[in-house]
Formats: sequence, structure tokens, C-alpha cells
Amino acid sequence: MSLPMIVLVVLALAAVGFLLGRSKALASANGDPRLLHSLPGYYGWNVALAVMLPAFFLLLAWLAVQPFVIHGQVSSMISQASVDESSLDLVMSDVRRVADGLDAAVAAGGLTAEQAGSIRTEFTDVRDRLGEVGVALGSDVTSETLRAAQRYRELSWTGSLMRAAAVIGLALVGLVFAWRRSGKDFRARNAVEAVVRWILITAASIAVLTTLGIVLSLIFNTVEFFRLYPAADFYFGLTWSPSFGGGSELGILPLIWATLYISLIALAVAVPVGLFAAIYLSEYATPTVRAVAKPMLEVLAGIPTIVYGLFALLTVGPMLVDVFGNDGLLGVNWMSGGTAVMTAGLVMGIMLIPFVSSLSDDIINAVPQAMRDGSLGLGATHSETVKQVIMPAALPGIVGAILLAASRAIGETMIVVLGAGAAAKLSLNPFEAMTTVTAKIVSQLTGDADFASPEALVAFSLGMTLFVVTLALNIFALYIVRKYREQYE
Amino acid sequence: MTDTAVSYRPDTASDPVRRKTSLLEVDALTRKRNAAETRFKIYGIVAILIGLFFLAALLYAILSNGLTAFNQTFVSVPVTLDRAAVEDAEASLVKTSKYNAMIDKALAARLAEAGIATQMKPTDLRKMLSSGAASQVREFVLENPGRVGETVTFDLLASSRVDGYLKGRVTRAALVNDKNLDAGHLDLIDAMGDAGIAVKRFNLAFITGADASDSRPEQAGIGVSMIGSFYMMLVVLLLSLPIGVAASIYLEEFAPQNRFTDMIEVNISNLAAVPSIVFGILGLAAFIQFAHLPQSAPIVGGLVLTLMTLPTIIISTRASLKAVPPSIRDAALGVGASKMQSVFHHVLPLAMPGILTGTIIGLAQALGETAPLLLIGMVGFIASNYPGGLASGFLDPNSAMPAQIYEWAKRADPAFYERAWGGIIVLLLFLMTMNIVAIILRRRFERRW
Repeated sequence: MSLPMIVLVVLALAAVGFLLGRSKALASANGDPRLLHSLPGYYGWNVALAVMLPAFFLLLAWLAVQPFVIHGQVSSMISQASVDESSLDLVMSDVRRVADGLDAAVAAGGLTAEQAGSIRTEFTDVRDRLGEVGVALGSDVTSETLRAAQRYRELSWTGSLMRAAAVIGLALVGLVFAWRRSGKDFRARNAVEAVVRWILITAASIAVLTTLGIVLSLIFNTVEFFRLYPAADFYFGLTWSPSFGGGSELGILPLIWATLYISLIALAVAVPVGLFAAIYLSEYATPTVRAVAKPMLEVLAGIPTIVYGLFALLTVGPMLVDVFGNDGLLGVNWMSGGTAVMTAGLVMGIMLIPFVSSLSDDIINAVPQAMRDGSLGLGATHSETVKQVIMPAALPGIVGAILLAASRAIGETMIVVLGAGAAAKLSLNPFEAMTTVTAKIVSQLTGDADFASPEALVAFSLGMTLFVVTLALNIFALYIVRKYREQYE
Repeated sequence: MTDTAVSYRPDTASDPVRRKTSLLEVDALTRKRNAAETRFKIYGIVAILIGLFFLAALLYAILSNGLTAFNQTFVSVPVTLDRAAVEDAEASLVKTSKYNAMIDKALAARLAEAGIATQMKPTDLRKMLSSGAASQVREFVLENPGRVGETVTFDLLASSRVDGYLKGRVTRAALVNDKNLDAGHLDLIDAMGDAGIAVKRFNLAFITGADASDSRPEQAGIGVSMIGSFYMMLVVLLLSLPIGVAASIYLEEFAPQNRFTDMIEVNISNLAAVPSIVFGILGLAAFIQFAHLPQSAPIVGGLVLTLMTLPTIIISTRASLKAVPPSIRDAALGVGASKMQSVFHHVLPLAMPGILTGTIIGLAQALGETAPLLLIGMVGFIASNYPGGLASGFLDPNSAMPAQIYEWAKRADPAFYERAWGGIIVLLLFLMTMNIVAIILRRRFERRW
């Protein structure tokens, strides 16, 4: 029985359960809902939930476990010789492909179900046979693979049969059990609400699960990477030159340098502009100006980063070359190509302006009005008040905002992928192309690299570094911002 | 700060005759302070103007480069679908080459008819057309077998160089080293433009069409990746809205003050600031490496983006739940509702406009996100097929709008850059619509208590 079919059957059972539970409760109260403990619907839901929850839970568990069991059973059929020849994973994926091929052949009518279970490589050319029904196999099928594939099909077939039986059986058990409890004295509302409460808790825990998933997926692969490549060379290496042929040098320092350099330029653009914009908007601007300018600036924050990336690659880069490049306006030959640290940094700075300005705006607005009034009352001008009273008071919060912006800059990907270049370099010239941690994560993990090589796995430890750094920055920044907020609340 | 602080110290000891000061008389120090005040104000205005200038520059770059992508040059040629020729072509191994011969003949005839003289060989004439022209004719024949034998006027796409020349992107000087097109072609194109054979007009295929291979930028469209984005957003909406709302209800209404709750809250605020590329790594490791979901499939993209948008949705949902006054809850509890009933029957409906606004903004964010999609393999191939059905829409490899734009930006032919900018216009139109809907929702339904 197919998966959607099982789900449909369980849902149908739940609907039946709803009606049965509701009508039994009403019947026990002689049709007078006032005699029931809970509203009639709750009795229905109680039964429906008792049908659905255990059944779906079992279904999920089954889906997770079955592949492992079958894998274990079938892989014991593979001889050591063929494992030595390639690897167990490769052989098993062959087996799966042949099994899928047999399924497709049966579905297309090229083979009967019985034939699919009994054909032998000794008598039939399986590859040809499957090719006829449109299943292309890369290599010839050995008799061992074929037999394993047939066993695989058998097991999956029995497995799915058992799965259907178990899931529907459990649903029925739930139905009967909950239906028997249904009656006018049963506290259905409490039972249903307890279940709903657990559903809510599960939903809330997904955030924790996500973090856990991130940490686990990073750690496992990072450990795997450090098994293949020494950690000290990774963290202190000065060259980054991966080659998928082997013998790559994977030092993170040039990447970190470029990341910090670009972030620094971005902050040098975003912080003054953002901060002055925030001061003007919160202290000087008339309500009309504020109502127009603030949303306009925030449009910059709503534009996807791919747009900024393209802007860097195709507009800002060539423009900078026209100024700083060979035969440029300045007559200096600092820049040879459009992609450069400066390009990416400048555009990233534009992206961060609204980030800095709206955070600082909030923080400046949080400074109590009494402090402004006191300063103005003593005869300070408006700008003196801002510089000597408001800024010192808001400083911790603004530092927090800048740190958040820095963490955004460090983790930004699309702008540097498109605007910063691809060669890792340790250089001071901001007009040179360099590459960052995020850009290299993308380049090491896109394409058909296999996950076992250090050149691909290095991306995970780059990701780990990135995650730890941004997390530390965020926690620190949030701590400062929160601390500051409490100060004036 | 840029200005040094000015402090006023009346120096009476060194000044034997105490100067009289008056409010009406502006002295040097006051003038200095006022100047500093004006300067400071100007800095603020300049900062805002810089921000607005960048916004304007960005929009100008997008519009000036991208609007041309919606127009395309078409060459209208009446092709005689001679029955014998069609049958001959369908029987041969390389079918399009025979169709090409038919197009060559038709094009030469059309030029002669318009009185445009040319020394060029027919095979060279064809270089002005898209290399997909033959398959366009063939598809028409396969779809309308009844019209074989007639003369049908086809609007064939011009090649990207010709199109670029008419749009001013390709100059004659740039063609010197081009082995496909030379100045003769351009003279011919000018003449064809005058004769009305080659016309530039709106190209719907850019919006609805599929991506095309490297050699045919003129055929590339964003339609298929739009469908991919649509399926991803469907996944995000179906998962993140219920989960986000459930999580927020728990945290805002039910959660006891304990360490578990604290941990969840800290987690959510941190997840909101984790770089998006890290979510891509998670998707790659958890969904593809571990759970063996298909690579490049919208469902995987949707799952990753769901995890990414959840914090946004939870934060905005909690804010709107918090905005519902406690008196509503108290009243519900007072007439005998359970805590759960008071939340689901009263608080949640009242908070719904705010929740929906937050969800739409979260979706808009997810729609424009690119980095995680690169890691789960939604780039690096040509998204050429529309998904066949619902299941195929979720599970078959597809691209997404931002990933498609990235893909075009990476290709060597500058003709694809125009496509990338055009794709950005389409993407931004979607984002703008979503944000406007969110703003209207907020204006229309938000209640102030």
C-alpha cells in the first residue's frame, strides 16, 4: 500500500472516529449536550487524535528505520570481494538503482512481477532488458547485484505491507480505545487540550532542534575533515589552494583576512551614514520627512542580496575600474578587474545602512526625553545635546547595533560570491580580488564533489568557524543591547 | 563625533573690564556654536541623501539594464512547410539541420522579396537567427501536422548578438573578433529593420519560458524557476505558518518561566541572526546527505527556507499576540472558557492580521534568499522543463528565481546579464506586491487597543 494511501486511510478512520466518539458521548447523555462534561466536539476530537497521533508517529518512525534495516539485510549479501573493489556505498547505490529499474520495468509492462523476482544474469542481459523500458544503467549488472536488488525489492515490498498493516492496526486500536472511553463523564476537553499543549511544545522545540541540527551537521563533518587534514594547518595556514586532485593547501587565514577586510570597508560606509541618518531622523527631522525618508531607507534592507551582488558585479565593479583601473580617471593602475574587496565592501556597506540606521534610531529614541530636556534647559544647542548627552547614553546600544551589522557583514554570501573575486590572497590593496569564508563555502560545496574528500569537507569547518564567530558576535551584541535597554526601562 | 566639544568658560580674571553680553548681540562663541549646530544638521541630511542616492542608483541600474530584457528582436519569415521536405527532415538523423535548410531558403526569399540585396550565403544569413529557430519550426510542425504544405509566417527569435546590436549593447567595433557575425550582417539587419522584417517587441517568453543553454541567451526565460520558487514558497507557507504560530502561542501564553523556555527563546533570537549560508549547510547535511531527499528539489529548498523564516515569523507573531490586551483573555476565562479556548477562540483571531503581515514579510524574505539554495544544488543546470504535476513540482530538480538570476550572472555571454537584470525586475515586482499586501493588511485590519 502506498504512502499517500495509508495517510488517506488513517485520515478517514480519524473522521469516522470523530463521528463515533461524538455520537457515543451524546448518546450516553441521552442527546442532551448540557449533561456532557465538555462540548460534544471535544469527544470527537479526542477519538480522532487517538487515531491519528500514534498512527502517524509510527509511520514516521517506520519510514526512518526501514531503510536502515533493509540496508543491513541486503548489504550482508554483498561479498567482501566487490566491497574491496569499490566501496559498500557504491555497490549499494547500484543495487538500489537496479531495484528501481526493475520496479520501473514492471510498471512499464516490460517484465511481469514474477519475472522481476526471478530473472538471472546468467540467462538474460538485464541491462538490455531494462534499457528497453527506458531505464538506463551505467554498467553491466553482476549476478550478485541483481540478486541483492531482487532481495531489496522483496524486503521493501514486505516492509511496506507490514507498514500498512501496523499503521492501520494501530489507528484501529486507538479508535476502539478512545471510543470506549467516550461518555458523558469523560473529561474530553482536558484530554484534548493536553494533547494540543504537547503539539505546541513540539512546535516551540523546533527552534532548538534546528540549532542542534546545525551544530551536529557542522561538528560531524568538521571532525571528519580534521581526520583528513590537520587542524593546525587549517587554522594557521597562509595559503588557500584547493585542488580536487589532492595535495591541496587549505589555510583559512587568507579567507578570514578578506572577510574582515570587506566587513571593515562595509562598516566604514554603513556606520557613519547610518548613524548620522538615524540621528537626523530621530532628533531633527519633521514628522513628514521622517515618514518619507525612513521607509525609503528601509527599502534598501528589503532588497534581496542577489540584487546587491549583481549590482556589485555589473555596475559598481566596472565603475570602480573606470576610476582606479588602468587608463582610469585617476590615472592610477590599482585595479585590474571589476571584482575586488572594495567593490564588495562598498555594496555591502549600502546594504547595511538601513540596518545600522534603524537599530540606532530605536536606541536613540529609547533615551529618555528628560535627559534631552535637561541638557537643552541648561543652554546646550541641539547638536551639543546629541553629542554630549544622547550619544554617551546610547553608546552601548549603538555598539551593539554595529556588532550586529558586523556579524551580518561577515556572514553575507551573495555579494562576495559575485563581487569579491575567487582567488584567495593576503594583500593590503583593497582594489585587489580576494575571497571570503562564505564564498569558499559555496564554491567548495557546489558541483559534483564527493563529500568524502577534504576539499569538500573543508566547507563544513569553514561553516563551523563562521557559525561560531557570528554566534559569539550576536550573543555579545544582544547582551549589550538588552543590558542597555534595561538601564532606561 | 566630528566636532570638538565647545565649552563656555567665562574668563573674568584675565578680563578686567567685564564684557556686557546681550541676547540680541550674537558673539563669536555663539556664532561658532550655531555654526557647529548647522554643520551637524547638514551631516545628517547628507547621510540621508547618500542613502537615498544609493537607493536611486540601485533602482536606476536595475531598470536601465533590465527593462530591455522584456523586449526581444523577432524576424518574421514565411516558411513554406513543403510536405516532402518535412518528411525528409523527420526521417533524417539530425532533424533540425533539414529544418534549417528550409529556414535558409525562406529567409533568402523574404529578403529578395523586400528588395534587400545581399551577397551572403544562406547558411551565413542564418547566423542572424537564434540557433533554436529550427526547433521552433519543428515543434510547430509536430503540433500542427495538418498545416504541413502551407506557408506559415514564423516570428523567429533573432540571435542574441543581433538583438544586442539593435538594443545598443553590441557595437560594430566589438564584432571585429566575432566569428559568428560581421558588419555585413549588421547592415543587413538595419535594412531588415527598415523593411519591417526584424522588429523589436515585447517578449512574453521571457516571463513564462524556460532557461536555455549557454549558446541561446535569447531563448532564456524565468518562467520555470518562477514555478520552482512558487512550490518552495508553498512549502514555506504550509510549514512555517502553523509551526510558527503554534510555537509563539506556547511561548507567549503557556510557557512557564523555566530554563527550557529560556533556552528556546535564546535559540530563536540567535537563529534569526545566523548567516543564511549556514542554513544551506544544514540543509545539505540533514536533508540531502542524511535523509537522502532529492538534490535540487523545491521541497528541500522549501524546508531550508522554512527553518530560516521560522524565527522571523515567531518574533512577529509573538509581538502581535502580546498586543492583544489581557482583558480579552480575562473576559473569556470569566465566562468559563479554558485557557486553551480563550487563546484559540479570542486572542488568536484578534492577532491574525499582525500574524499574516509578519508571515508575508517572512515569505518575501525567503523568496529573495539565494545562498542556501546554492548549497542544495538549485544552480548549475538548465531548468528547462515545467514540472508535470504536484509531486513532480515538489520533487523534481528545479531552479528558483534568485538562483536563476545567479546562474545567469555567472554565465560568460553578456547577453545573459540583461536577462539577470530582467529577472531581478520580476523578482522585485513579486516582493513589492507582497510587501504592499502586508502594508494594506496592517493598515486595514490592525486594531489599536
